[in-house]
Amino acid sequence: MTKKRLIQRIAFITFGLISLMVVGILFAILGFIAIRGIHVVNWEFLTAMPEDGMTKGGIFPAIVGTGCLVLGSIIFAFPIGVLSGIYTNEYLKDSWLKRFIRMMTNNLAGIPSIVFGLFGMALFVNYLKFGDSIIAGSLTLGLLTLPVVIRTTEEALKSVDNTLRLGSYALGATKLQTIRRVVLPVAYPNIITGLILSIGRVSGETAPILFTVAAYFLPKLPSSLSDQVMALPYHLYVLATSGTNMEETRPMAYGTAFVLIAIVLIINTAASLLRRYLNKKVKMD
Amino acid sequence: MIQAEAKNINVWYGDFHALKDISMTFEPNTVTALIGPSGCGKSTFLRLFNRMNDLISNFRLEGLITVDGQNIYSKEAKIDEIRKGIGMVFQKPNPFPKSIFENVAYGLRVNGINDRKTIQETVERSLRQAALWDEVKDDLKKSAMSISGGQQQRLCIARALAVQPRLILMDEPASALDPISTAKIEELIFELKKSYTILIVTHNLQQAGRISDYTGFFYLGDMVEHDLTKKIFLNPSNERTQNYITGRFG
Amino acid sequence: MKKFRKIFEKFIEGVLFSSSTITSLTVILIIVFLFREGIGLFQSSPLEKNFVITVSKQNPVQELDATQVKAIFNQDITNWSKVGGANDSIILFTTSDIATYYTEEEIGANFEFLPKKLNDFIVSHPGAIMYVSGKSLPPGFNGHKIKVKDITVSNFIFGKQWYPTSDPIPSFGIWPMIIGTLMVTLGALLFAIPLGIATAIFMAEVADIRIRNILKPVVELLSGIPSVVFGFFGLIVIVPLIQQMFHLIVGETVLAGSLVLGIMALPTIITITEDSLRTTPQALKEASLALGATRWQTLVRVVIPYAKSGISTAIILGIGRAIGETMAVLMVTGNASNIPHSFLVPTRTIPATIAAELGEAPYGGLHFKALFALGIVLFLFTIIINFTVEFIKNSKQRT
Ligand SMILES: Nc1ncnc2c1ncn2[C@@H]1O[C@H](COP(=O)(O)OP(=O)(O)O)[C@@H](O)[C@H]1O
Ligand SMILES: [Mg+2]
Repeated sequence: MTKKRLIQRIAFITFGLISLMVVGILFAILGFIAIRGIHVVNWEFLTAMPEDGMTKGGIFPAIVGTGCLVLGSIIFAFPIGVLSGIYTNEYLKDSWLKRFIRMMTNNLAGIPSIVFGLFGMALFVNYLKFGDSIIAGSLTLGLLTLPVVIRTTEEALKSVDNTLRLGSYALGATKLQTIRRVVLPVAYPNIITGLILSIGRVSGETAPILFTVAAYFLPKLPSSLSDQVMALPYHLYVLATSGTNMEETRPMAYGTAFVLIAIVLIINTAASLLRRYLNKKVKMD
Repeated sequence: MIQAEAKNINVWYGDFHALKDISMTFEPNTVTALIGPSGCGKSTFLRLFNRMNDLISNFRLEGLITVDGQNIYSKEAKIDEIRKGIGMVFQKPNPFPKSIFENVAYGLRVNGINDRKTIQETVERSLRQAALWDEVKDDLKKSAMSISGGQQQRLCIARALAVQPRLILMDEPASALDPISTAKIEELIFELKKSYTILIVTHNLQQAGRISDYTGFFYLGDMVEHDLTKKIFLNPSNERTQNYITGRFG
Repeated sequence: MKKFRKIFEKFIEGVLFSSSTITSLTVILIIVFLFREGIGLFQSSPLEKNFVITVSKQNPVQELDATQVKAIFNQDITNWSKVGGANDSIILFTTSDIATYYTEEEIGANFEFLPKKLNDFIVSHPGAIMYVSGKSLPPGFNGHKIKVKDITVSNFIFGKQWYPTSDPIPSFGIWPMIIGTLMVTLGALLFAIPLGIATAIFMAEVADIRIRNILKPVVELLSGIPSVVFGFFGLIVIVPLIQQMFHLIVGETVLAGSLVLGIMALPTIITITEDSLRTTPQALKEASLALGATRWQTLVRVVIPYAKSGISTAIILGIGRAIGETMAVLMVTGNASNIPHSFLVPTRTIPATIAAELGEAPYGGLHFKALFALGIVLFLFTIIINFTVEFIKNSKQRT
């Protein structure tokens, strides 16, 4: 074997091993939490209130709380994000305005989630006097998700073949008609899957809800938008770091971590199955 | 004497049968033009000779390809050495985003030649052979992207010549160029024939007529006719060749 | 009809446009609100509201800065001459000391004689420095207030102590956190850059399509795992491991933070690097291979140089991810607010400090403001990162 082929062999094997290690890291995390968490999770764990200083019972209010926050934030972020993505990709020509909007969206995407937490507290909780509430938390999470939704939409629209648009214009269709009847029907599978993936991200965020909604211990369900709620990620943080009885809360922590990971797994799988299904459907039509 | 040979070649892309039982031989110091309507397999055939198709995951080959009597698909053949011995010029000029000098020196460097003097001499010789030396000799450090498309294509030819190939493959080398640059490339091919064997794909029949000694006509994966260019153009033996030459389809 | 259509289209365009302004608006609002809450720190005396520091009328000292006050009350400075006064030793006095000098009857059951006694004290102890509520001083008090210098930006950035609630004067020096944040980030990068780039190269250039189809979802999943779960995993697995391996008293260290953050930065680095490697034109790769270069040589000499701006973007965004990450770091670094001198000691980062303390800081107080000022610092870090990325993108487009 010549020297250059030997170098290639060594380099590729090293890179392969490193990739294997990355896979290993993922499975170590998933496996560890699955093994320790799976016997904790049962029907009671999912549907009961926490009891005895969070050492017994379940995580029902945290599940409901996270559900409320996810719902609240996507009601806000999905429409605005998708509309914004359509505008920048379909309406704006290459101009300073487009570059500016893109830059601001990128900036927003790069802002750490704890800064969103500070901002949400300053604007929604204190200035607008919403207090610690589902509405304050949802809006904060919604703003955090917005850039993700916009990017997803833009990527999906970009991948639509431009000749389709031109063909539609050639037939005398207006811009809006073209978008509605030609562009969106092709792009929507990727938009939808992107949106679903962003739900996974929202449900795992902790820092933005710390000071806008999350309750340490609140064994009841919310009755209005101005209530505080427990949330799964914050609950895990509390269980892992500040329980009064660490040894006994540990199983609860494993169970909560398991549920969080299960949510991400389910959402990712659902998204990729749906993408495959919808893309097939688009092609068939 | 035979420089290169294809024997009972069949190629598939997945289930698609792209080349069907093709056999051809090429003599040294000749130019052979491969013509035919687009999608008939000319590029596929050309790229067999430097194993470029190996990059495609669903590519499958049956048959024998030899260059200088060596089976280039044999188990012992080292793919990088095979490719080093066979130059290729692509449809669009594709210089590396490096200096003019480094483009030509690239083939030497990756093949372990680091001696500065050798490299300098080879670069100059190759650029002269490619009839580019006089135009760029003062700008060797300049980016290859800064010269014109025609010059870039001659640079790519110089780059291929630097490793002293036994065979040069050209896939529509002038199709992206203006008429003047095209004429220069054609002139160059005529010069290069003295020292190299050349296979050139072209969809331009006049060009094939002007520069080639032999012509092979491909049609839907078949090699219909392979003969002296004069014969193919003036008196083809196959009706499909006749129709194509006279412009009835294609 | 046609006219209606036109108006309708314009209307929709207006709606779309308004949606697209929301992100810009949010960025602006974030800036406004961070500054609104945080900037106040730099215009205020570091003393708690209503509290004053006074000295005897005869004492020539008029003004002290926060560090001097702190040193005096820590008894690091014991003589007035050190701070520009007479050669006289300093007598400390805070409200709680009153009982050591006067009896309960003298002060009165409801502290009704307290103001008078404070006056008596300053008259009888000309070398005293008093930290008391401004309201408890009598009219005609025989002393003057010391002006304590405002907190400055450079005190804040370069100050080495963070004691946000200490008496009589808190310190808001974030230098240890800046160093802590940078060290944790640096450690994370040392781990994540080689691993991430190697994996990206493997996926883009080496692995066949089947292996890539396994790796891609692995990376996606890794990026989807919530940061608390990483933190939890770090706390339960990585922290004890480090503690045992290096025989430490606590395993919550810079290193633990770096490892967890490194894992978390991997998906960002892998995805962006892979995407940019894929943008290398096939024609360039073929040209290189056709000259007899191996795939590895082609990778090193053609593909990586071509993708280098994308790779730098990947690294910088990886840094951004690491600098801003909050929960995981909070859970594994031990939150000690001293400057870390090695990777094996606890530290705290800027985001972790905000997360840990904002809940306890009273609204509108100095501590609260200081945490928003930390938010500003963090925000500036990310803006710098974003503009660097923007700059790289633009300079790439020009060439
Ligand atoms: N990578 C590939 N995968 C599948 N089919 C291919 C691939 N490359 C080429 N083909 C098919 O093989 C046939 C011959 O292609 P090609 O050799 O490029 O033709 P030509 O160069 O004569 O235009 C075409 O029908 C083309 O669609
Ligand atoms: Mg072709």
